[in-house]
Amino acid sequence: MPRIAYAFPDEVLEHVFSFIHSDQDRNAISLVCKSWYEIERWCRRSIFVGNCYAVSPVMVVKRFPKLRSISLKGKPHFADFNLVPEDWGGYACPWIEAMASAYPWLEEIRLKRMVLTDESLELISKSFKNFQVLVLSSCEGFSTDGLAAIAANCRNLRELDLRESEVEDLSGHWLSQFPDSFTSLVSLNISCLGSEVSTCALERLLAGCPNLQSLRLNRAVPLEKLVNLLGRSPNLVELGTGAYTSEMQPDVFSDLSRAFVGCKQLKSLSGFWDAMPYYLPAVYPISSRLTSLNLSYATTESPYLVKLVSECRNLQRLWVMDYIEDSGLEALAVSCKDLRELRVFPSDPFGLEPNVALTERGLVSVSEGCPELQSVLYFCRQMSNAALVTIARNRPNMTRFRLCIIEPRKPDYLTLQPLDAGFGAIVEHCKNLRRLSLSGLLTDRVFEYIGSYGKKLEMLSVAFAGDSDLGLHYVLSGCDNLRKLEVRDCPFGDKALLANAAKLETMRSLWMSSCNVSFGACKLLGQKMPRLNVEVIIDERGPPDSMPESCLVEKLYIYRTVAGPRMDMPGFVWRYTGP
Amino acid sequence: MSRLLEHDYIGLAEKPSMEISEKSSHLNLNLKETELRLGLPGSESPERKPTNLISLFGKDLRNTNALKNLVAGSKRGFSDDAVVDFEGKINNTHKASQSAKPKQDKKPEISETNDHVSPPSSKEQVVGWPPIRSFRRNTMACSLIKNKDDDEEEERKPSEASGFLYVKVSMDGAPYLRKVDLRMYTNYMQLSSALEQMFTCFTIGECNSGGFPGKDGLSESSLRDLLHVSVHVVTYEDKDGDWMLVGDVPWEMFTESCRRLRIMKGSEAIGLAPRAMEKKGWSHNNNCRRIK
Repeated sequence: MPRIAYAFPDEVLEHVFSFIHSDQDRNAISLVCKSWYEIERWCRRSIFVGNCYAVSPVMVVKRFPKLRSISLKGKPHFADFNLVPEDWGGYACPWIEAMASAYPWLEEIRLKRMVLTDESLELISKSFKNFQVLVLSSCEGFSTDGLAAIAANCRNLRELDLRESEVEDLSGHWLSQFPDSFTSLVSLNISCLGSEVSTCALERLLAGCPNLQSLRLNRAVPLEKLVNLLGRSPNLVELGTGAYTSEMQPDVFSDLSRAFVGCKQLKSLSGFWDAMPYYLPAVYPISSRLTSLNLSYATTESPYLVKLVSECRNLQRLWVMDYIEDSGLEALAVSCKDLRELRVFPSDPFGLEPNVALTERGLVSVSEGCPELQSVLYFCRQMSNAALVTIARNRPNMTRFRLCIIEPRKPDYLTLQPLDAGFGAIVEHCKNLRRLSLSGLLTDRVFEYIGSYGKKLEMLSVAFAGDSDLGLHYVLSGCDNLRKLEVRDCPFGDKALLANAAKLETMRSLWMSSCNVSFGACKLLGQKMPRLNVEVIIDERGPPDSMPESCLVEKLYIYRTVAGPRMDMPGFVWRYTGP
Repeated sequence: MSRLLEHDYIGLAEKPSMEISEKSSHLNLNLKETELRLGLPGSESPERKPTNLISLFGKDLRNTNALKNLVAGSKRGFSDDAVVDFEGKINNTHKASQSAKPKQDKKPEISETNDHVSPPSSKEQVVGWPPIRSFRRNTMACSLIKNKDDDEEEERKPSEASGFLYVKVSMDGAPYLRKVDLRMYTNYMQLSSALEQMFTCFTIGECNSGGFPGKDGLSESSLRDLLHVSVHVVTYEDKDGDWMLVGDVPWEMFTESCRRLRIMKGSEAIGLAPRAMEKKGWSHNNNCRRIK
């Protein structure tokens, strides 16, 4: 029987493996036997590293000599909300350098929450002859000079996507660095850039790239210019407008409308900064084609939003501000039966009083009316257990549910009870729930429900919740598929953490800030678990060694790794090292 | 009235305000000495009103038009809840002038602010809450500014209102840097207020080293820490790599040339400040005063 493995020449196995793309399947293949491991590693073309510190560039290069595509993630998710200090880490440079020497044929680099320099960008632009895709999601550390190098040198670039990165805007002229002979662009996302880019350069670029399908402009591109740009890119599938505001001029309106119609493949719209009601109807002629609409920067009032949204009968994804209000969401529930994803963002997150009539009712309506709804991100100011139970019962197919009740620890506004039962219903009914974010008043009870029912849960975000260590214990011991847990301002402490130490090696990472974990526990954990990096972000009290063991840690980030302690820890990150 | 209030650990007190002010009233005397003041050593603001404590370029900004929402008194040395999220700051500075009066007694007096914005909402902000990405927060803030300006007949082109200008801010003695987006502010007052809030915790020191949710008041060691007078001076590195005193040049020029900020301890600045004052005379046209 063991001979079967040798019955096929390597080439055949390699050919078979070439049909397997999923990382998990590939990982499984590599575990079958040594020869399969060898064959697989030589023919793996693409890897995803969810935590850039879980493994080192050297190890990756050694194991997979023929990569064409790499995705890396750096900082913890909570860095998005300023909980991670500057210079914490997530540097892409060592990775870029390693790849520059090992993979001359690398085609794709995708980075998320990493720090990237202009030098690295230049290195990318010069090292990879067939470089095609650069996606920088929430990255920082580079400027438009680095982008100029990419534009100038990457002859086969297909995709340049800077989504939500912090780019030092030295000038808009980098775009002119694309040579005249450049034709390969398929996707360009510069929506995060602050200053104006040269419209001439843009027009020239668009004219030269007939295959452009996705174009997301930045706010600085005025509406009038949009018309010209659309005229040059008739094959667009996705468009992000610039500022969607201008003097009210009927010819601009009709030109715009005609331009939209002219893009016969157009299915997705975003941008809409400062959207004026006057210009929203320019979209109506194509509204039935739209499957994705991002109005989350449109500070327009409800009636205009509602009108637009109701026209888009085939909408699958809607991102919108809470200006849409409950009534708008009711209309959405009636019109958009194919809706899969809804995100409602707060227009006034820091205000004390509600400024719009958006409550739990809007979400309930959508859960009732939209049978395909699976993914929700909803900011609101009140919630009830009854509403959550209704939503759960309506939508057992929910896979991502993120609810943010703006005021921390707010109870059920009808009964003044904690929202344990409501979220409990969510995890109980939605058996395929993979991602969950909690808010409102919650006791340990909700974690008991999550631990019991959340068997498919992969990512959980918790804030201002729970009563004791039990809460954390329920989650760590119950959620079999948990990969990422992030917790802030909860009374979770040493007992639960230490009792579930082994669990941490099965997860990608755990973030805990403003909780009850002591330095002593961190030291112990670091001691006992060499394959975890237990990193404490220290404050001005000094390094944990000098503190009493009982002292509480402010920020803690624990992640599994085979690369040992990271070499680039800044002074304010401490990791257990000695006995 | 004490400006340094002890909040429950998330910064939203559920206890009645009176209880809190009582608790911290005994700290009043000590805390006064330890206010973060950025200014010339020896300079004194006449009334310790809860106004802007930051003195830029030696001028004591006792300006009652300064924004004020000093949040302090954290459970742990550097506690998220004590420091207002600096990137959300624009909403703070913005909102900080939006409500007519503070809604709760315990809030520090919120003075009027500059013309741009209306009275504040007096909610103290918790860092990173609600969980909104910086990009979105900054974009929304720009929208608010733009709308405001439209009201005031001051047309701002999209390109002016948008864009980020992040500079790193370091403070001597603080364990790590922060970052500010200079385009979030329209004048030095707003910037100084933001910096003050950002770095207050570092000078105040830890207020509660143990227990949850903070049974004790200040511990002994932190009281000791508090008994310093901290005077700081804000400097910046310009495009040419020179370190300058913040506040000399018009705001727009400053934002154009500022590459990073550094808050120096007063003791180091002592030698510098008099020169700045001295140069004041001749530097009418010359806006660039070098410190090193």
